[in-house]
Amino acid sequence: MWIVALFLFQHVILPDLPNVEKNPYTKAADIEQGKKLYAGRCAGCHGPSGDGGKGTNLATPVLPRGRSDLALYRVIRYGLPETEMPAHNMTQREIWQMAAYVRTLGKAGEGARGDIRKGEELVRSKGSCLQCHVLNGEGGHLGPSLSDIGVRRSPAYLRKKLVDPGQDLAGNFSLVNLTTRDGRKMTGVRMNEDTWSIQVRDAKLNLHSFWKKDLAELQVEQRTLMPSYAKQFDEKELTDVVAFLASTGGEQ
Amino acid sequence: MRLAIALILVSGLPAQVTYQRILKAESEPGNWLTYSGNYSAHRFSSLDQISEGNVSELKPLWSYQVTSLQKFETTPIVVDGIMYISEPPSNVTALDTRTGRPLWKYRRSLPDDVRVCCGQVNRGVAILGDLVYVGTIDAHLVALNAKTGSVMWDTTVANYKTGHSITVAPLAVKDKIVIGIAGGEYGVRGFLDAYDARTGKRAWRFWTIPAAGEPGNETWKGDSWKTGSATTWVTGAYDPQTNLIYWGTGNPGPDWNGDVREGDNLYSDCLIAVDADSGKLKWYFQFTPHDVHDWDATEVPVLVDGQVRGQPRKLVVFPNRNAFYYVLDRMTGEFLAGKAYAKQTWAKGLDDKGRPLREPKTFPSLEGVRVWPAVAGANNWYSPTYSPSTNLLYVAVRESGSTYFIGDPEYKEGEQFNGGGFRSVQGEQEWGAVRAFDPATGALKWEHKLFSPPWAGLLSTGGNLLFGSTNEGQVFALSASTGKPLWRFQAGGAARSNPISYLVDGKQFVAVTMGNALYIFGMNSMSALTE
Repeated sequence: MWIVALFLFQHVILPDLPNVEKNPYTKAADIEQGKKLYAGRCAGCHGPSGDGGKGTNLATPVLPRGRSDLALYRVIRYGLPETEMPAHNMTQREIWQMAAYVRTLGKAGEGARGDIRKGEELVRSKGSCLQCHVLNGEGGHLGPSLSDIGVRRSPAYLRKKLVDPGQDLAGNFSLVNLTTRDGRKMTGVRMNEDTWSIQVRDAKLNLHSFWKKDLAELQVEQRTLMPSYAKQFDEKELTDVVAFLASTGGEQ
Repeated sequence: MRLAIALILVSGLPAQVTYQRILKAESEPGNWLTYSGNYSAHRFSSLDQISEGNVSELKPLWSYQVTSLQKFETTPIVVDGIMYISEPPSNVTALDTRTGRPLWKYRRSLPDDVRVCCGQVNRGVAILGDLVYVGTIDAHLVALNAKTGSVMWDTTVANYKTGHSITVAPLAVKDKIVIGIAGGEYGVRGFLDAYDARTGKRAWRFWTIPAAGEPGNETWKGDSWKTGSATTWVTGAYDPQTNLIYWGTGNPGPDWNGDVREGDNLYSDCLIAVDADSGKLKWYFQFTPHDVHDWDATEVPVLVDGQVRGQPRKLVVFPNRNAFYYVLDRMTGEFLAGKAYAKQTWAKGLDDKGRPLREPKTFPSLEGVRVWPAVAGANNWYSPTYSPSTNLLYVAVRESGSTYFIGDPEYKEGEQFNGGGFRSVQGEQEWGAVRAFDPATGALKWEHKLFSPPWAGLLSTGGNLLFGSTNEGQVFALSASTGKPLWRFQAGGAARSNPISYLVDGKQFVAVTMGNALYIFGMNSMSALTE
């Protein structure tokens, strides 16, 4: 029964899935054509360089929903049901060209060409990154997790963040300084906020929730506590650190 | 009144919803007979049992969950104890308002390759006679028996494979069902249709883009009119005195690349006034000539009477997605007043005909250009409300900007036809507000700030209350005269629709969808309801 249902699903609902595993259209001319298709059809949600917007960030080395070429083809062709990702009724060739271009987004700029092992050492020692970031269960929680940062962020983005962490802050990351009406002061990271309340995590990982009417002062800033590593790391070290960070998460 | 409803429920024979009943919807505030509450699109309920004095005791009484994870945008229709809702993508359910139990369900089989830009959504049904009407995501208009949910007729409005879809709630006027079309990101040619309510046969079609040789076609370069969009995906208003239907039209296509469609691109981004019997255009007013920011004029037009420069005028007022508030004469379309009501950087202002004085460096570019308002605008499809008690117009306003990009304007049938893209402005904190305006001037009376730009409309009531909801899951009530917050409830899902109010057994309720559930609020305990 289920086998029949599955058979029907694959052969009726997905009638024109290509019978190849690898993208057959990856030449420079294909990527160029894919870029044009992308600009018209994808950039609206995913951003002109794929780094996200309403749609997900595509400028990452690994696309969680498009790890294989065929998986990426499927997402473009049929969309993602119950999300805003629509189906695309293009020719197989056009879909492959678009997919080929999407693959380039995560490789834009720097590839992972440094020394991964050296990079990890720098993250753990000279960079003291684990004071604030967690890596596979080890380290602090003030900043975002590094365990799978390579899946979520492109090498170019990681380098940018190491050099100039304040630039292009994620929309949902904010530092909070507040004073309650009874005189308590607190600094922390915003976990959530709405019209009437705010939830904050302090440096010791204590979670707090406040009604805004109980606050005498509330400052929410799009600011990061992360220092710039532009001077602390030399060029070679930066490349190694980026290579290590880009390798995290890995294929699953 | 109370007795009458009780009798109807007992007898189990709901009266037919005649055109006369919808016309006089104000006289039966216990029901919610049409999308915006009345033909003037006031979304006002004169019910006053829930009021400033007791709203703090308002509580959720029952909830109905949908299985789809698509946005749940329906405005319920309530007739004589039965609530009719659409569920995404194109389903309809009749609910018993006393218990929340479904009476019947219409579940539509859809093709797997429907084409929508922004979710498989539906904003509600219409009712007329004994039939309930729903537009579908595969671009059909379907009539269902109000008692059973059986399909009485099913008419193809357009071919979904060319990017047409229907998300709008139909409007029942006289013996016709008026329905708009979506697909403005697919280069369709827009129209507004009316169908015979009994048979489903098309009565008229008004093409929102004039064909070659027709007046207005010269506002499109070459053949660009054929793929110019100007869709009609938000329910309009109707004035029985002028016999005109007022309906907003969407963006010209492609959205962000205007080079291929030089000219004003009529009747995109317009308010059109068409004769309800013939579909003939009486007048139009274009808000954003040659739009390159995707600022559809698919907001809800509100019909009010007011004083303009000392003269009593019949008005249609329109808080537009482009961040300007417009006051028009609804007999003639004459521009009477207009002003910005949210942050905008694209126009120096409006000239004395209401045409924007465009800032030159605001057109989309390859590098991207920052412009306010955002692509989603200062207002959008969700409903404003007008309270005749306070004589104020209330709008959920979005304060945000976008970076706009130009792109390749290649048209391919059934494919997205955008000619560019956008993204939010990095580092800018977006926000929102509920604003109360003098309807005849657009002058701001008060404001209640919201954490983020809202995607949900408002309801005003005779209890001097204003109901709304937020992206962060709250349903709230403000004082309609001052904006003071009086009550709220955390419903646990982002708001994507408009509230309504009605009576069951003589008691007032407020209904609104939040997340993937419909919530019913009232003063009574649940046990009192089921006794």
